[in-house]
Amino acid sequence: MTDRAFAVVRAGALTTVQDEGRPGHAHLGVPLSGALDRPAAALVNRLVGNPAGAAVLETTLNGCALRPRCAVTVAVGGAPCRVTVDGRAVAWGAPVRVPAGALLEVGPAVYGVRGYVALGGGVAVEPVLGSRSTDLLSGLGPPPLTDGAVLPLGAAPVAHARVDTVPQPGPPRELVLRVTPGPRADWFTDAALRTLTTRAYRVSSASNRIGLRTEGPPLERAVGGELPSEGMVLGAIQVPPDGRPVVFLADHPTTGGYPVVGVVRERDLAAAAQAVPGTVVRFVGVGGLSGARHG
Amino acid sequence: MKVLPMGERALLVELADGESAAALHAELVRRRAAGDLVVREIVPAARTVLLDGLDGPDGPDAPLRLAARLPTWEIPPLPARADDVLEIPVRYEGPDLADVAALWGVPVRDVARIHSAAEFRVAFCGFAPGFGYLTGLGGVPDVPRRATPRTAVPAGSVGLAGPYTGVYPRSSPGGWQLIGTTDAVLWDHARVPAALLSPGARVRFVPEGR
Repeated sequence: MTDRAFAVVRAGALTTVQDEGRPGHAHLGVPLSGALDRPAAALVNRLVGNPAGAAVLETTLNGCALRPRCAVTVAVGGAPCRVTVDGRAVAWGAPVRVPAGALLEVGPAVYGVRGYVALGGGVAVEPVLGSRSTDLLSGLGPPPLTDGAVLPLGAAPVAHARVDTVPQPGPPRELVLRVTPGPRADWFTDAALRTLTTRAYRVSSASNRIGLRTEGPPLERAVGGELPSEGMVLGAIQVPPDGRPVVFLADHPTTGGYPVVGVVRERDLAAAAQAVPGTVVRFVGVGGLSGARHG
Repeated sequence: MKVLPMGERALLVELADGESAAALHAELVRRRAAGDLVVREIVPAARTVLLDGLDGPDGPDAPLRLAARLPTWEIPPLPARADDVLEIPVRYEGPDLADVAALWGVPVRDVARIHSAAEFRVAFCGFAPGFGYLTGLGGVPDVPRRATPRTAVPAGSVGLAGPYTGVYPRSSPGGWQLIGTTDAVLWDHARVPAALLSPGARVRFVPEGR
């Protein structure tokens, strides 16, 4: 009998199961969730022959170690790191065959934050609302990995990957986020909008899957008072009372009460997922951030 | 109606009040069901409706085109819902009953009477899966949030904040003033639908044992 599963030997700082998330439930308070670096997650799935929606592991900073109970093809991508099987170095960013009972070690990120581990067949935990993603904000999906946990794998893919190694862009030294106007840009002074799009911010160590928090010059409001709750989108730059912009990532709340000054382009969020605390962030205004309105 | 930009694929529509937002929400849901609107998320809130994931046949121009079209729509007033009023049994014995009674200027026992006499509507959801912001409590002052939020509010707690009533689907920190407890299950992802309360639903709170 084959035992299509793997044991978690070292869970690492934060390793979660992620796929493409739970779209379509925001009106019930359910965040999108899903892999923060989506291109990296899609790529490792492709490398092992999985469909794009298969669940992968997302590691944070210091990797993880797994012991598959069956022979399985794996690929590690996202933040570059050392990968070993039973202590022997193997390729990062390429499919690797791991024998049953061997120890796969995904090392700490050399640079970047989040690593992605695809296993042939995908992590087959029970889906919740159509997704296997761990949602840290609302507690949906499987809990983060713990040492000693055993997780099931899906049926091995029949198709083989059509590529066996691929270039991946390295995490940027400086994070450049293109920003289109948000619904409440006019709640901020012109000086604040200039500050946002011309001054440097830094990634705060308080960042997580919910939001990329920043440190830098606070944004001054032109309109005081409270904003009634309104819907939030991926990439929304919410500005809490301390004036420091927070970029909403996959586990962001679906409604919120702080004004959204701008929205980061979805394509730029993969890089945001890999920016280590201290990285310089530059918000670049596009689409008339400081004034133009449609409608 | 004001149509505000929200990134590349979303629009935030601002209305005069919650009632108009609810009417627009109902109309958007109707149009999507009829196949006249392609959008991933329709998220009502206090006085806005967010449309996110506007792609579909209109391509990348979808938000701009819809933004131009929306203000020309005839929005029918909120239709009277044909479906039943959902009844949620409550034990009115929350720790903040006395504070709420003082704020309303009534004896403590009247909090349950006033609260259970109202018909509520789920204006919007958020905060946690299955948490609904219910409107419909009239004639009494809005209740401020607690100055210091509790670190743990038990699941099933019925609370008040501002013009809203809500029920905590699971234990979490929270600053609402708690007036009671229910055994109703607000969220169960193994159930279809997972959320007991969805935007637009009508709700009554029924004192338990009556």
